[in-house]
Amino acid sequence: MAKINGAQMVLKSLEAEGVDTIFGLPGGTVIPLYDAIYDSKINHVLMRHEQAAAHAADGYARVSGKPGVCIATSGPGATNLVTGIATANLDSVPMVAITGQVPTTAIGTDAFQEADTLGITIPIVKHSMQVRTPEQIGPAIKKAFYIASTGRHGPVLVDIPADIQKSFGNFEYPKKISFLGYHPEKGTDLTQLDEAVKLLENAERPLIFAGGGVIKSGAAAKLTELAEKLQIPVATSLLGKGAFPESHPLGLSLGMAGMHGHPVANRAIMTADVILAIGSRFSDRTTGKISSFASGAKIIHIDLDAAEIDKVIGSEVWLVGDAGTVVDALTTSINRKYCDRCHWLEELELIRQREPLPRTEYPGQIAPWQIIETLREITGGKSVLTTEVGQHQMWAAMHYKVEEPGRFVTSGGLGTMGFGFPAAIGASYACPGEHVCCIAGDGSFMMNIQELDTCARYNIPVKVFILNNSCLGMVRQWQEFFYEKRYSNTLYSRNPDFVKIAEGMGVSGFLATKPEEVRKTIEAALSVPGPAVVDFRIPQEALVLPMVTPGSPIDKMILY
Amino acid sequence: MKNTFTILSEDNPGVLMRIAGLIYRRGYNIESLSVGHTDTPGVSRFTVVIDGEEGAYDQIKKQLLKLIEVIDVINLTKEGPFVERWLSLVKVKAPLSQRPDVLQTAEVFRCRVVDLGTEAITLEITGDKGKMIACMEAFKPYGIIETAGSGQVALSRAGFALEEIVETSFTDTEQPL
Repeated sequence: MAKINGAQMVLKSLEAEGVDTIFGLPGGTVIPLYDAIYDSKINHVLMRHEQAAAHAADGYARVSGKPGVCIATSGPGATNLVTGIATANLDSVPMVAITGQVPTTAIGTDAFQEADTLGITIPIVKHSMQVRTPEQIGPAIKKAFYIASTGRHGPVLVDIPADIQKSFGNFEYPKKISFLGYHPEKGTDLTQLDEAVKLLENAERPLIFAGGGVIKSGAAAKLTELAEKLQIPVATSLLGKGAFPESHPLGLSLGMAGMHGHPVANRAIMTADVILAIGSRFSDRTTGKISSFASGAKIIHIDLDAAEIDKVIGSEVWLVGDAGTVVDALTTSINRKYCDRCHWLEELELIRQREPLPRTEYPGQIAPWQIIETLREITGGKSVLTTEVGQHQMWAAMHYKVEEPGRFVTSGGLGTMGFGFPAAIGASYACPGEHVCCIAGDGSFMMNIQELDTCARYNIPVKVFILNNSCLGMVRQWQEFFYEKRYSNTLYSRNPDFVKIAEGMGVSGFLATKPEEVRKTIEAALSVPGPAVVDFRIPQEALVLPMVTPGSPIDKMILY
Repeated sequence: MKNTFTILSEDNPGVLMRIAGLIYRRGYNIESLSVGHTDTPGVSRFTVVIDGEEGAYDQIKKQLLKLIEVIDVINLTKEGPFVERWLSLVKVKAPLSQRPDVLQTAEVFRCRVVDLGTEAITLEITGDKGKMIACMEAFKPYGIIETAGSGQVALSRAGFALEEIVETSFTDTEQPL
């Protein structure tokens, strides 16, 4: 067997894992790795910032379902990954981050570009490893992919000192790896299945609350089958968008619930008698005031992660396991005739009609929801849509109906501004031949705007639609509501010229300021080959409504 | 009430940080922590006494179990009887004039003399926490120069011992879950 060096082993390992695309940026301690990339058939996308590389890997993973891979050098390269790793961790996204490290002989000496990458990332990874010999590289990478993509998904970091990348050794990618304490295959516990079945059969006002776990497990179709069989309406969390078709023909979809949820979804949670929560960790953005959340309901909590059971919301009955497995078990176990649900569904339909989503008009100006709905109409909901974080994200979540999993990509847990655009770049490598849309705010877009250059260099068909209200809108909204309109550092004296920036970076730029320009501008942006940026000017005073005041029950909504 | 956890883990570098960091991160204090090898090569046992709110311990246990290198976790306080021991070394002032009295007190607590000088004696004490406290009080009048303690080590009582460690493998032919 010919000896190869550690860097070549990394690439051989990635190839063995079936990796086709990686995102990264070279630097001092990964030069050997990039030398090996030079000979590899794996497509490396050169990003302009390591944070963007991590988000791109994240976006790739959320759309493809396969672990996303990013690479950064030691020190600042690795610390720049941190936000991206934390984002993936809170949203349970499978990711493998490979970082360079100073040579083993220099570790601990405060060497140039040395940072304790493992120490810094311990709280935000599912697992991390540092390899100390070339022989450890294969097993470490195999473990990393296995850990990232089994059980509750999450990011895994592999730190590889530069001298190990250069050392030669024999290499064979391991077929088998062993763990003393990691047994995702044993994670299912359905002992309370009968109780769950009984509760669902006797419920008069049942509700399914679907979270991101349904999408991760590929259980969306199974969930739809269960909901249709039992005639149970479905509300989702932000990350659950796509777990159930939001334009469901029988009207079973209530949309997203929570702080900026649909009124009908929030009211359904507060009046339901049984809630089947699947793959949701009951984030505070979902529950509002915890003590009054679903106070009239018995909760059946299904989660892959046993630690989520009773962590935030106490459950009557719990089932631990993969959403698909558990939903299948429920669907086959429930065979009785059910209570008549028509009354409950009619009641919800009345709420839906009485309290629709607010669609405030701004005469002569573009309303944010108009952009989202027009885009939804034009794409038919088929395109992958990513969002940044802020008001535009909530407008997108409310008004962009998602019909299938893996089409709506957003940073829910960490709420990372600067996520959506690089995530769209990653997503586009997961669905070649399609364009990917990114709904952005002017504030968020500025946080990773340098990636326009990446889009231009590779001609990546990412279409960025900026809902530009010339302010940091979500904080401005909170200041308006809760801080006596003292707009501290949310308004600015001038705006960047996004069209010129786009053109300067080699990307087509469009500007739209009037309602009648919305449709044709979106169509123009979608029809140019490659990337495009549209600067939609929207009124600064536009608010995200409804809104639940922080700390209130979720049926106490500001509606207009 | 403080709870005592016994944690079996792989003894990889950094595992102490992962365990201690997790407990700290979730907002709880570590009252005492001791680590040592077990009879199984590559496996360490942590004994951690955690000061937290009642009701939080189940969550701590579940979160600890999620650490990849953690093999098993038992909350000894909740899950059945256990034996605990502390070990302390105490350096007590013992000039010839009061040495017989110091040694007599040491005898009462079954301390072992591990070092002897002209002005002081170093004693080894083992026992449960109550004995530690009582012993320290008893030596105070002679003058304690310095002490070092192991923190608590604990095991569940025989018959309730941890199950045998089983290594499971993932091979390419199996489908990952």
